[in-house]
Amino acid sequence: MSNRSVSIALTGSGGAGVMTAGQILVDAAARAGWYGLMARSLGPQIRGGESAALLRLSPYPVQSADDFYDLMVAVDWGNIERFASELPLHAASVIITDPSQGEVPPIMLAAAPHIVPVPLKDVAKEVTGGRVNMVALGLIAAAIGLPEDAVIDVLRQVLAKKGADALNASIASLRAGAVQAAAIEGVPTLAPAGQVPEGRWSITGNEAAGVGALRGGVRFVAAYPITPATEVLEWLAPNLAQVGGTLVQAEDELASITMCLGGSFGGVPSLTATSGPGLALMTEALGLGVASETPVVVINVMRGGPSTGIPTKSEQSDLNIAVYGLHGDAPHIVTAPTSIADCLFTAQWSVYLAESLQVPTIMLSDQAMGQSRAIIDKPADLAFVGKRLRAEATEGVPYQRYAVTADGVSPMAVPGTPGCEYTADGLEHSPRGTPSTQAQHHADQLDKRQRKLTDFDYGDAWAHHETFGTGETDLAVITFGSVTEPVREALVRAAEDGISCRLIALRLLSPAQPQRMAAALDGIKRLLVVEQNHMAQFHALLRAYYDLPPAVKTLHRPGPLALRPHEIVAALGDWT
Amino acid sequence: MDAKPTAPGTGSLKAQDYKSDLKPVWCPGCGDFAVLSAITKALAELQVPREDAAVVSGIGCSSRIPAYTSVYGFHSIHGRALPIATGLKAARPDLTVFCAGGDGDGFSIGGNHFIHACRRNVDLTYIVMDNEVYGMTKGQASPTTEPDWTGSKLTPQGPGVAPFQPLEIALSAGANFIARGFSGDPNFVVRLIVEAVRHPGFSLVQVLSPCVTFRPEQRAWKETTHADWAPEAASTDRREAFLRLLDDDGFTTGVLYKGHNPVFAPPHPSSANLADLEKGFAL
Repeated sequence: MSNRSVSIALTGSGGAGVMTAGQILVDAAARAGWYGLMARSLGPQIRGGESAALLRLSPYPVQSADDFYDLMVAVDWGNIERFASELPLHAASVIITDPSQGEVPPIMLAAAPHIVPVPLKDVAKEVTGGRVNMVALGLIAAAIGLPEDAVIDVLRQVLAKKGADALNASIASLRAGAVQAAAIEGVPTLAPAGQVPEGRWSITGNEAAGVGALRGGVRFVAAYPITPATEVLEWLAPNLAQVGGTLVQAEDELASITMCLGGSFGGVPSLTATSGPGLALMTEALGLGVASETPVVVINVMRGGPSTGIPTKSEQSDLNIAVYGLHGDAPHIVTAPTSIADCLFTAQWSVYLAESLQVPTIMLSDQAMGQSRAIIDKPADLAFVGKRLRAEATEGVPYQRYAVTADGVSPMAVPGTPGCEYTADGLEHSPRGTPSTQAQHHADQLDKRQRKLTDFDYGDAWAHHETFGTGETDLAVITFGSVTEPVREALVRAAEDGISCRLIALRLLSPAQPQRMAAALDGIKRLLVVEQNHMAQFHALLRAYYDLPPAVKTLHRPGPLALRPHEIVAALGDWT
Repeated sequence: MDAKPTAPGTGSLKAQDYKSDLKPVWCPGCGDFAVLSAITKALAELQVPREDAAVVSGIGCSSRIPAYTSVYGFHSIHGRALPIATGLKAARPDLTVFCAGGDGDGFSIGGNHFIHACRRNVDLTYIVMDNEVYGMTKGQASPTTEPDWTGSKLTPQGPGVAPFQPLEIALSAGANFIARGFSGDPNFVVRLIVEAVRHPGFSLVQVLSPCVTFRPEQRAWKETTHADWAPEAASTDRREAFLRLLDDDGFTTGVLYKGHNPVFAPPHPSSANLADLEKGFAL
């Protein structure tokens, strides 16, 4: 493999400390000037159970997983069969196994990787206060060329409160592990970063969504915990308070979404975060948000479904409920970030859209982005701050909350505004807001609620599109969400092989943008649709709303298996 | 921002100023007319500026009430009035927030929110117009209906379920002010609402409000109610309040309990700016 990046799987039963070691590794890589990301694969157990820290490190910006793991370090083999398929290996892969933990399970031998026995446990025992995960950390760092200083710097920070003995034991463990690395061949080493780049961040997608929410102006959050969205709320809790906002923990998702509608009715931009089952509970209230034209943002971090499904693992299968899940004719907005870093911008943009258009907005993130930590360049602040069109009383003119306007957006009075008192209503209503069953009122209000979304200029942010390779091409890949980064990597590789291809990653999943899409697809005759769900929901959505080129095929698969760049490259090839 | 202090009823706003020009959909003789009137009289007594008050409701006959007032209102969806009111008050502590609705909306589909609103103790006033029936859907048993009431096609043998006890549950769950009124004694209801607004935290005012269409026998409530919980003698002791409830026949009106439970307070705003918080991600 090239030395552009190295991919590492560090596995072990819960309590073995592999997540801690992985976190230190990614922080140390950052300190050394590299980029990288760490995903987590966890079993369903609250504590304990199988776990893996899945890392990819590179001197260049990288936000998605590679095809295979170059190095797998198994602290033990507990329950490996449950997630072996999520750890693709090839013949050049190296497995470090501790003989005291038994034979390498046959499932890991299918690709015929190199097996290197290292007595991790015994090595740790020889160090006073030694720990196996620190031995593994030292071994990995030495094997991939990560400077020891960077690791020790991070350890010093992590163990600051534990005293000198703990730090010294960890450093000794680290060095004992490094000695073992000498015996290992075939693991790619990365070039040292020439200069440590300035202004980088270490952030998860869920944290980034929280930052984007605050940048967009959110100052009220109602929260009900759910995997894998909870970290959005947990990041917001202390930070929202710091900027003068309020967070309430709700009794359920029926309450969290309606609390948000209450806060937003009060004029305060409001947001909640959830995942599939919670989104299902929120859909009635989202319909109220549409009818009463009350802006609200829901960050939906997708996991395997339906029902409780696979809460800890990623899938893109809430697209249908997000787009079609509301009762009645209920136009609303659905967005999706295109990377871990883009969770920030897309969350901010979602707040901006919700506030500008007085409409519920669902942002579809997923576990793969939400719970992965990446080293990224500091995201620019693109100054999208929600500006709600406010109403003031006009002498002699009764206020009409739902006035039928040319662009469909009606000035919204917030409590405290004298002379504009009105009642927001989920019942169909007249322009003034009084309940109405009249056909004309219904038609007018449906029209305006649709019109405000279809006539709005979403600008360039509606999608990321980019051509890889030189010259004209009739080939494109269309995708959304966390699959975008593997697609991008696939297209870079294809371009190196002389295949030009266009990438279209939708940030705006609903409402549809037929004119922009027609321009993006201009000249395209072959279109590959890539998504991570079983029913090809995205493909169906594209078929429903867009004119697609003559040849369309899909690459779709449910979670938890990530779509790997080499699979996407392969899918680009065969159009017979 | 705390709610603005409220002055006694000598100001310029009259009860009529808090009524909208809409004609209620209610049946002639419905108890809810008197409750609407009591709310507007209470607002006049409190002299809350119209723009600084909001009435939030769910779905049901009585939940139509916000649009019949001239303050801000949110007529929402079935069962969710309390969390909407909670979000509004938490985000806008400067407002005087009322939540209003019926027994089905509040104690059945919204029952979980009722319990947690009592616990959370956000400073708002919840007025439940209890007529022991679902009126808007034409007369089904509600959570407060007697088990042997055979007036519904849905439960012709009677619901056969012990009635929900709103006051006992409110007291158990931590509500800070608990009162019961009767729509046939509207001036007393005004007094209960005024006291409820003035008392900090979550206040429950259950108002027995007859449904003359589906429960005509409730007209007799004017004989069965008795104002034995004098507001000036409200219990501040939970044990005593529980004992009062054990002796209650469901028709005692007045103030049962005034507590001193901690009131939900939003965190104090700090001067931090977002750029400083974002530094936490910097390497």
